[in-house]
Amino acid sequence: MEEPDVEPAVTVVPGADPAAGQLCFAWGPTEVLVCETRFGRTGGSRPGRPGSGASGPALSACVAGREEGGASASRVFVFRKDEDIYIDALRKLFNESHGIFLGLQRSEEKLAGKSRKAHLVQVSKNYRSVIRACMEDMHQAASKFVPILSAMELIWNLCEILFVEAAAAGPLLLRLLDWVRLHVCDVDNMVREVLSSEDPSKHELFWNVVDAFVLQGRMDEARHLLSKEASANPMSMNMYRILDDLMEKMPVPSLNNMQTLTEMELKWQHWHEECQRYLQNGTFASSSHMESICKILLGDEDAILEKKELMTTWYHFLVTRLLYSHPTVKPMELRFYAQSSMDLFLGRECSPEPLDTILMAAFAFEIHEVIKECSIALSNWWFVAHLTDLLDHCKLLQSHNLYFGSNMREFLLLEYASGLFSHHSLWQLGVSYFDYCPEYGRAYLELHIERIPLNTEQKALKVLRICERRQMQEQVRSICKIMAMKALRNNRLGSALSWSIRAKDSAFATLISDRFLKDYCERGSFSDLDLIDNLGPSMLLSDRLTFLAKYREFHRLYGEEQFSEAARLLLMLLTSHIAPCFFWMTLLTDALPLLEQKEVIFSTEQTYGLMRCLEDLTAGKLDKQKFQDDVETMKVEMLRLALARNLARAIIKEGTLEAS
Amino acid sequence: MEDVCAKFVSQKISKVRWRPLHAAALQPPDIFATGSWDNEDNRISLWSVGDLGNAGLSGEYQGEPQLLCDIRHNGDVRDMQFLDQERIVVASSTGTVTIFRHHQNNQTLSGNQRWEKAHYHVDQDTSCGGAACTGVICNKPEIVTVGEDGRINLFRADQKDAVRTIDNADSSTLHAVTFLRTTEILTVNSIGQLKIWDLRQQRNEPSQIFSLTGDRVPLHCVDRHPNQQHIVATGGQDGMLSIWDIRHGTMPVCLLNAHEAEMWEVHFHPSNPDHLFTCSEDGSLWHWDTSTDVSEKPSFLHQGGRTTAYFSHSTINQSVVSAWLSNDPTKDRMEITNLVPNETLSVNSLDVLGPCLVYGTDAEAIYVNRQLFA
Repeated sequence: MEEPDVEPAVTVVPGADPAAGQLCFAWGPTEVLVCETRFGRTGGSRPGRPGSGASGPALSACVAGREEGGASASRVFVFRKDEDIYIDALRKLFNESHGIFLGLQRSEEKLAGKSRKAHLVQVSKNYRSVIRACMEDMHQAASKFVPILSAMELIWNLCEILFVEAAAAGPLLLRLLDWVRLHVCDVDNMVREVLSSEDPSKHELFWNVVDAFVLQGRMDEARHLLSKEASANPMSMNMYRILDDLMEKMPVPSLNNMQTLTEMELKWQHWHEECQRYLQNGTFASSSHMESICKILLGDEDAILEKKELMTTWYHFLVTRLLYSHPTVKPMELRFYAQSSMDLFLGRECSPEPLDTILMAAFAFEIHEVIKECSIALSNWWFVAHLTDLLDHCKLLQSHNLYFGSNMREFLLLEYASGLFSHHSLWQLGVSYFDYCPEYGRAYLELHIERIPLNTEQKALKVLRICERRQMQEQVRSICKIMAMKALRNNRLGSALSWSIRAKDSAFATLISDRFLKDYCERGSFSDLDLIDNLGPSMLLSDRLTFLAKYREFHRLYGEEQFSEAARLLLMLLTSHIAPCFFWMTLLTDALPLLEQKEVIFSTEQTYGLMRCLEDLTAGKLDKQKFQDDVETMKVEMLRLALARNLARAIIKEGTLEAS
Repeated sequence: MEDVCAKFVSQKISKVRWRPLHAAALQPPDIFATGSWDNEDNRISLWSVGDLGNAGLSGEYQGEPQLLCDIRHNGDVRDMQFLDQERIVVASSTGTVTIFRHHQNNQTLSGNQRWEKAHYHVDQDTSCGGAACTGVICNKPEIVTVGEDGRINLFRADQKDAVRTIDNADSSTLHAVTFLRTTEILTVNSIGQLKIWDLRQQRNEPSQIFSLTGDRVPLHCVDRHPNQQHIVATGGQDGMLSIWDIRHGTMPVCLLNAHEAEMWEVHFHPSNPDHLFTCSEDGSLWHWDTSTDVSEKPSFLHQGGRTTAYFSHSTINQSVVSAWLSNDPTKDRMEITNLVPNETLSVNSLDVLGPCLVYGTDAEAIYVNRQLFA
């Protein structure tokens, strides 16, 4: 097991005073809720029960909003681990990169061999262009996040060159040059200033610009500027021509393997000797500027270091140094040059910043170190999660397993997605990230999805769809139940029923059906007929629901004066025992008007059935208590009378029929 | 897809609507409105896709939408309709219906009129809580709203109180509403029913109920054919597109398997109704085209090309069986294209006007396609 190699950071709670009283905390919907308690620093008079302050009002206060409690002991602080999630301008970054992330996961199977690498480089470039686009937006708003984004892009670009593209010796240097040109852009501002002046060659920054171009290996631009100066000084024409010639002839590694490395090295050696010769001959002795340029071309470290201000960073120095002394540097040699460049550039007194450490780790090909340092230095999980995922697709991380969780990619994705889920609006993005975490993604999703506040039906529908697509039965049931409960509380029985039908929750459907029936008992009429009449096959969800639908059918038949049909259905409902006990009396009372019709509807057989039901009902009740009031007793008496009369008529009718 | 431009707007978009054009206007629409949802701070925003200044003569410039103005909105925006050129009616998840006015001279939005708690629940303690207003439709000056409380409200712009309210019009949630004729409306609900209401009648009951067979799959959206008013399209929770002929039967004429999840909106093209557009929770947006020429079955509609068909609709629509109602519309009569290349998150809303399509997604982006029929 590895030891955690960083001390946990101390977070100061702004506004809270730990000296005045103890703080307590609870894991909350975002990350941590901290609140002040009334207990003194040393424990106070009562035995300190940690966490007791977080119960009751304090917690509900934080649900309502944050802080501002009035009295000092009732303040609650909300802590968020991934604070960058809450920056609105970064939402563009999260959303756009989400699309790229999904594209990368989906393309995984299709690609193989060479096209795979090209594809991964393209994906990496897409990620970077999203960061750049975000940066541009923020530039306009002058946000303090521009430097952070810029650093993220710098690191990502270097990782792209070294890990994703894995450039070989030769092209490696060209890529690094591009990298420096892209990120050290002070020179471009300087160029603009110089070129816009009336006489560029007289501008005080003229030589600075030329030097900067040379340091970045932008030979054509440097030569173009020099030619202006040359035309202004016909005296030293020759000197300019020689320098121009040297700069033009400088061999560069080619991108498309047209020449072998040895060829390149030979040419370079030759060119290097030529430069050396001119310098020793004192060709440039009359111009200190040109002499220093020639020294730079020769890779003279002191000459390059003199231009420290123009390079601004040690990694610029590194690349310049490589360009003019080791143009065919191999990836594995980078770490030594990087280390010595940093030491030379920063000197002894300056300790490296986090960014320097990260870049150094990258140059040393210590991928895990890069990711670790980034995790510590950056205030978001976005960067490490996406970078790690990409590197994992490059098959660079496979050997490494953590002693917790599954692997690093999954661990970081889970962290990032959890952050998204704590956001009121970005939670939808988090779902896809969990989908692509094979080991724990599902469990995380299950836990997080249950904690999404379902404040509107539309949101509930969306959450429900997420769960249904992933066959998360448990969550589907619980969401439907929550929504059904809400509808029930609002007296929307119809809505409640349709929610429980969707969840196939028969217990709840029974509960709602009972509410319908009780409402009917009280009011004597049905509400929500449009629903009950159109239940269709969903009525089979629960017995009670079936009963409700059938009972409503009885009413319809009765209304349409199909008495014998109605009578048969009523008896069926009573004898099949799907009717709830509390409803028997109502059913029997419903039989009354049928019994009193002019023509005989219930046969003798059916009348006996009804009588049995009535006796069952009264017998059952007798055991417990007498009928509460006279109304009930009277009803029973009336029923008995009606039944007896009907029986008599039925016997006569049936007898006559048989006789005739 | 280079003729589609996207803009990320840092809020999940629940509705997009083109501003209607003047009757005599020849230009394509250039301004649309969006509403957001699920934010702590939801907004109504107006965007311009006009070639503001940098157009040039080529007409090739495809600028991304520029924000003209926006205003805070309380609660999720559940539905939105332009009442006229300047006023937008917005339905909120809090149950409030608000009219916003767009002041074109100084590009600002302001609240113009508001009906607080137009939709509400009455619970057992008889205290009122707002219920989401899920749909709104305008026919100036009349505004009809429906909500989760199953209530139908008829408002008139500039009148403080509701002209007509049908309490408990539906026992389940009403999801959408549209005008059938000037006095009749269509609603769809969460138990798969399509209902026609005649607002002239004082009875609080629908004049006709249509319903899906089998599982009562909730219907989420409804639109009526712009010329042949008996043809109605609805979209359901299972992503199915249903076409109804409200002159006969109580069941849909045809069911078309479409999306894999909730169909949030369906729209006939207002001036080219052989084209239909649907969008869904699964992140896709489909263009259904029945105008493709079929050689075996000559259709009057397509004999003279698009322009004649356009002019002659009103005179010949009695004699023509619309392509939408033919028995087997899937069979080589319909061309379906998905307009979203990489599906990720839900496409919540779309609107189509002239050659322009706009749609908004949960991925916090709005897309504009200005050459739909190119």
